[in-house]
Amino acid sequence: FNGGWQTSLRSPVLGDMVTLFTFCAEVEDTLKRIQGINGVIGTIVVNAEGIPIKTTLDNSTTVQYAGLLHQLTMKARSTVRDIDPQNDLTFLRIRSKKHEIMVSTDKEYLLIVIQNPAE
Amino acid sequence: MSVPHKVGSVKSKQVSSFVMQDEEEGLDTAEGEEWMQGKTLVKPPDQLDLTEAELNEEITRVLKASNPNAPQNVVRYSFKEGCYKPIVFVDQMAIHFELEGNLVHKDSDEGRRLMAKQAEVDDGGGDERPDNVSIKAGKREQKLTNQFNFNERASQTLNNAPRDISCQTEPPPRANFSATANQWEIYDFYVEELQRRVKSKEKHEGQFLNKEEDKSKKKMIQAETQNDDIYQLAKVVKIIERMVNQNIFDDVAQDFMYFEDASDEFRGEKGTLLPLWTFQYDKAKSLSVTALCWNHKYNDLFAVGLGSHEFTQQGGGMLLFYTLKNPSYPEFIFNTASGVMCLDIHEHLSYLVAVGLYDGCVAVYNLKKKTDQPIYNSRASSGKHTSAVMQVKWQKDDLDSNHNFISVSADGRVVSWTLVKHELVFTDIIKLPVIDTIPDDLKDVIPTVGTSLDFHKQKDYSFLVGTEHGKIHKGSKYYSSKFLEKYDAHFMNVTRVRWNPFHPDVFISCGWDWMVKIWDQTMKSPVFTFELKTSVTDVAWAPYSSTVFAAVTTDGKVHVFDLNINKYEALCQQKVVSKKTKLFNIEFNPVHPIIIVGDDRGHVTSLKLSPNLRKKPKEKKGQDLPKGPEVEIAKMEQLLSSLR
Repeated sequence: FNGGWQTSLRSPVLGDMVTLFTFCAEVEDTLKRIQGINGVIGTIVVNAEGIPIKTTLDNSTTVQYAGLLHQLTMKARSTVRDIDPQNDLTFLRIRSKKHEIMVSTDKEYLLIVIQNPAE
Repeated sequence: MSVPHKVGSVKSKQVSSFVMQDEEEGLDTAEGEEWMQGKTLVKPPDQLDLTEAELNEEITRVLKASNPNAPQNVVRYSFKEGCYKPIVFVDQMAIHFELEGNLVHKDSDEGRRLMAKQAEVDDGGGDERPDNVSIKAGKREQKLTNQFNFNERASQTLNNAPRDISCQTEPPPRANFSATANQWEIYDFYVEELQRRVKSKEKHEGQFLNKEEDKSKKKMIQAETQNDDIYQLAKVVKIIERMVNQNIFDDVAQDFMYFEDASDEFRGEKGTLLPLWTFQYDKAKSLSVTALCWNHKYNDLFAVGLGSHEFTQQGGGMLLFYTLKNPSYPEFIFNTASGVMCLDIHEHLSYLVAVGLYDGCVAVYNLKKKTDQPIYNSRASSGKHTSAVMQVKWQKDDLDSNHNFISVSADGRVVSWTLVKHELVFTDIIKLPVIDTIPDDLKDVIPTVGTSLDFHKQKDYSFLVGTEHGKIHKGSKYYSSKFLEKYDAHFMNVTRVRWNPFHPDVFISCGWDWMVKIWDQTMKSPVFTFELKTSVTDVAWAPYSSTVFAAVTTDGKVHVFDLNINKYEALCQQKVVSKKTKLFNIEFNPVHPIIIVGDDRGHVTSLKLSPNLRKKPKEKKGQDLPKGPEVEIAKMEQLLSSLR
């Protein structure tokens, strides 16, 4: 485990605010690995308000994906928790004809990966 | 004036009845007729027609003091009893006519006042005029004005122009608020509230901290929350990585779970091995796999030790942990200063890993800690091995509940290491006996290389050590002076010796002399001997059957045997790696029907055992299949007895 901490000033794809982020090197490595896998079209990291903070796709696509998937995730989470409040949503998978969209959720962030599953 | 009444008119009419007859004819004639024709009856048109008898019928009429129209069944709601109660006494008075009068009693207040006024008016009417005023003035008590001195003046003040003053305050700041109140939001709130209360209690208890400490604590807390956030993201990213990998290796994952080779039915006894995932790491390309170990608690996690078997090619080493859920990248990576030769994961505390290195050091890693360094290292301690450590095995905690493990090394010593606080304390258990061919004066210098070590499953004081010379020594932890038993096992290096997981007397050994031998510890010669065409580097018993074992050889083949089915040859001999790759290690997964093999390229291949290799013995129909180790022991016993 590398214990190195990186501080970087990043302006997100959208919005006027400038967010200060501290990403652990480990997380960065894993993200890079995922992006490098053959078949992965793009990855987006979205914060709790639905604003994308890190992405590998272009602006308009990112905004669209982030907005729509954020709403869907909120709805899915609400459903799961209504049934049992001690439960919580961990991930969501949407398989379509062309791609598979995978959303991994957490209290603060949302990680969206669009993959072309190898058939 | 006289009020005309009928009597008078009748009288007058009687007097002048004939004269005035024309004028009052209507009235008169009616009266006259009535009066003159008293006896003729005139029937009103709606009168009942009754017969004589009915007419003569006597009908009694009773006069009562009660009012026939008064209601007899008045009920009133009683709040005391909460139900309707009939009122018995009903007012029987019927009022026919009511007129409010305006008579006032003369002795009452109002009466006296009125009489006084009346008297005034009467009196005032008869007096002279000038006196009137004075009398009036005297009588009137209200205004004390008199004609001579009285002045009435009025003045008009200046009215201020009416002004409208209004004040407008700034409206209170408004914000739109919307929220949902779901069951889970309520639950979340309660949980947070509970945590806040717990924290406030703790704060109360620890109120003796200095201000500085508080400040530092605050900073810590901030850093922690940041930590937590990022750490949570790490978890999320990990899950996504696994999902992506699952998609890529979807068919392999399906095979792993569900595929059972149907063609096994047609193959008789033989079985096959289905290759599943291959685990490799870029930075480990030049290293070869030297040790493999499955984690008992998390059955999809296994450890790979990387180093080098060659004396001349020693460099660094690595310790990697892979999980079946993520075949593309290891979960944990540790770099070691020299090649890893052996490793063992603690049975109960699966985060403790003991590693033996080529330079003679032993180290213990704690997977829960996030450092790259081992938590214990025998580098500096005095009892460290002088030569490569060939095998390490965890033991049960000792009497002081310290963890300990035992290692055997190429310097011929079997040493027990105890984890005491921050250091490793060593205890020599036994020294391997030197063979007779070495002259006496060199006996201390040239050690017997111990190559393999295994502890008995049930009697964990009893252990076996294999040596470079092909001998296997059985010893006990309680006897440190000599070994209990010696077996002449192989002509060359014994690469592996293992106790049978079920039968207490059976163990297996393999060596570079191409042989795999199965022993009964009571007998000096092996029970079974198998010759595989090349050096056998590793052998392992299957955890599900006492008669199944698998061996790997340097020609890249895996041999699987089941003694219950075939005592003379392997059920499966399959080449699993590309040519010229040697296989060095094999391990069975404790739960799933897969094996992992490590080769000299640093790759680990996982293979699934086909059903033929996993057979349980058939029972007679009607009998319940007995399960458990007893069955396995019985199986083995059966085999052995047939050969004795």
